[in-house]
Amino acid sequence: MCLGIPGEIVEILTARPDLAMVDVSGVQRAINIGLLDEVPVPGDWILIHVGFALSKIDEAEAKAALDFLESIGQAYADEMAALQASAID
Amino acid sequence: MTDTEMYQPGTAHKTREEEVLDRIDRTRRARARVKEERITLSHGAGGKATQSLIEAIFLEEFRCSELEPLEDAARFDIDGVRLAFTTDSYVVSPLFFPGGDIGDLAVNGTVNDLSVSGATPLYLSVGMILEEGFPVADLQRIAASIRRAATAAHVRIATGDTKVVQRGKADGCYINTAGVGVIRHDIVLGADRARPGDAVLVSGPIGDHGVTVMLARGELDIAADLPSDTAPLNGIVAGLLAAVPGVRAMRDATRGGVATVLNEIARASEVAVVIDEAAVPVRNEVRGACEILGIDPLYVACEGRFVAVVDGAQAELAVETLRAHPLGAGAAIIGRVVADPPTLVLLNTAFGGTRIVDLLVGDPLPRIC
Amino acid sequence: MRYVDEYRDAETARALAARIAALVDPGREYKFMEVCGGHTHTIYKHGIEDYLPENITLVHGPGCPVCVIPMGRVDDAIHIARQPNVLMTSFGDMMRVPGGDGSFFDSNAEGTNIKMVYSPLDALKIARTNPDQQVVFMAIGFETTAPSTAMTILRAAEEGLDNFSVFCNHVTIIPAIKAILDSPDLRLDGFLGPGHVSTVIGCRPYEFICSSYGKPLVVAGFEPLDILQSIYMLMLQLSEGRCEVENQYNRVVPWDGNPVALRVINQTMEPRTYFEWRGLGFINYSALKLRDAYAKYDAERLFAVPGVRVADPKACQCGEVLKGVLKPWECKVFGTACTPETPIGTCMVSPEGACAAYYNFGRFSRQRVREATQV
Repeated sequence: MCLGIPGEIVEILTARPDLAMVDVSGVQRAINIGLLDEVPVPGDWILIHVGFALSKIDEAEAKAALDFLESIGQAYADEMAALQASAID
Repeated sequence: MTDTEMYQPGTAHKTREEEVLDRIDRTRRARARVKEERITLSHGAGGKATQSLIEAIFLEEFRCSELEPLEDAARFDIDGVRLAFTTDSYVVSPLFFPGGDIGDLAVNGTVNDLSVSGATPLYLSVGMILEEGFPVADLQRIAASIRRAATAAHVRIATGDTKVVQRGKADGCYINTAGVGVIRHDIVLGADRARPGDAVLVSGPIGDHGVTVMLARGELDIAADLPSDTAPLNGIVAGLLAAVPGVRAMRDATRGGVATVLNEIARASEVAVVIDEAAVPVRNEVRGACEILGIDPLYVACEGRFVAVVDGAQAELAVETLRAHPLGAGAAIIGRVVADPPTLVLLNTAFGGTRIVDLLVGDPLPRIC
Repeated sequence: MRYVDEYRDAETARALAARIAALVDPGREYKFMEVCGGHTHTIYKHGIEDYLPENITLVHGPGCPVCVIPMGRVDDAIHIARQPNVLMTSFGDMMRVPGGDGSFFDSNAEGTNIKMVYSPLDALKIARTNPDQQVVFMAIGFETTAPSTAMTILRAAEEGLDNFSVFCNHVTIIPAIKAILDSPDLRLDGFLGPGHVSTVIGCRPYEFICSSYGKPLVVAGFEPLDILQSIYMLMLQLSEGRCEVENQYNRVVPWDGNPVALRVINQTMEPRTYFEWRGLGFINYSALKLRDAYAKYDAERLFAVPGVRVADPKACQCGEVLKGVLKPWECKVFGTACTPETPIGTCMVSPEGACAAYYNFGRFSRQRVREATQV
């Protein structure tokens, strides 16, 4: 039941302001955005759980997280390369 | 484990966990029984419950050599001519969906069961069960679809039947089709013919049909630009058999999806099948819908895709042959057959870990075909 | 898929695994509990344990809201479904959970109308379009899902619907964690905190785990790299002698939680004095019920439920598995009498249950498979 999926807001439904059209990998569904304290705008990413947006994805934090993970990956790759290079001698 | 067993040269000392796994393995191989008193939707899902039902009731009652292999079609010899014979029923809801309708499924499904058995499909029967109140215009539409699909598949509707049941039964329209075809003498296929070293291929992206139908029901309020993949496979299969002599087995991945087919092959051949998650083709929309709903595309029905097991040395030739056909544009080598542990299907996750892919339990997508 | 694929990268996984291994004290065993069933599912689905050194064990906790529903409550739900004109709606995960007399699936075979829905809003829609039916929504889940049920009730009230009600089985996570911490059978080194529950309750509620019990907790996301990174953060804490709550899932989890969500829960629901958890027994203030103001939407009040306590089958060891005392395969009936198609207990039936996850994904000997899966 912890199934939460990231989705991108594509449209706020003007007729029903508590609903927004959300896209997940080309698939679209109307999601209730009533639990968010700030109205999202198209282009925002949100976490979807059983038809509701639970939280807005903080893009800055997401980027920082990925940069960190990438740096670990890079450091590891560098180390492995160094290991390989030293083995060649 | 006795002392002598434990110190037998070559016998690895089993951990407690391995003992438990062995015990479970023995239980899984035990005779199938149906414990339920009433039929549930699981019995129609194509997974474990369906299998148990078939083995415990139908195979028990109808047992004969032609039925026992439980392949997609029965194969037998009459006066020197090898025939394939199959039947399928279609109870899809809704009747009309993006990419096709129940009529298309009814023809393609049976054509495909014959094709993957190595037969050239020739004649179909069409049995219709109609609900009182069903619009004649819809019936006309379905009949036209059947005609178009039969023409495209080069088969003829040679015989049929019609029944009408009271309002409230048959959900509009149920269709049963049976089909017969001829197999060339040099074609030998079977789910029990996979051997270590073989390659496993799929003819295109998986899960399109099941997801399309689920979304078309309108209950989930999900919109996607996705059509069913229903299609006749006789052309692409014939092409494969002509170009690649080392085809061991083929199955179309309908109810229960690719995962079910792989498990059936692993079980029948007593081998392990290892597939790579990253190699399995899945459309973005199918992936998205499955992620939202928590369903695994490997278990979702297709109606125009098949799995082929071929001699490992001919894998590249096979996949190129498939890709040369319009229906095989997305074909891919998804894995291979190894000896151990037998009857298991293993998945190398994109993440780099391993897990098993077991037979479906329950019924995540009721009435897809 | 954005925000998903990046967190499934194998290269980075190897790098994190190397860092985790570097922090491991070779003579020591480490036990971390992932509370949330969703984490258990991810761990097995992606084969994350393959990346961990032998001395780190992941213990599966009780954070699976389907797993902790006692059989008696399933019977109560079926009792409601059997009433005239009742159309019951439920999440898919509940459909095969066995009560004392069968599951929702079995019950449908006997004639009830229990429909699977993806969202409580779908249940509301069914109520709108079927005014002659009494539509009941089987509400389950932790604080992650309670706000959705709450919003749906508020919507029903706004629209003045009189054929919609909720059978509320929402449970709260902190009492469950506390029950684990107070359990004498268990010795844990830290926790992977439930990521999505935390989007609602925030990170503060876990602080007592550090201050009163001396165990670190890292709120973890659900992608495989999230979990590996969280384990790395726990190991780092242990090696640096720290003990605090950290938020690995900060792209989604706000430290203070979701005030709107908390408000609507509070508006529509209140804590039950006690509630029975399968395997954990009765826990005080661990579940929610509808407030009097919303009695009109409370299925428990509209339909007289039997409320009979059904004892778990003797063979069932779900309780010990839920507490992390037993691994799934250590349960006496695992895989033989209790399988996903013939489940005795909920750990096997819920897709997030530890037993189901292990049976469906992890049931193989790592040694034998290592050879098979090498390219």
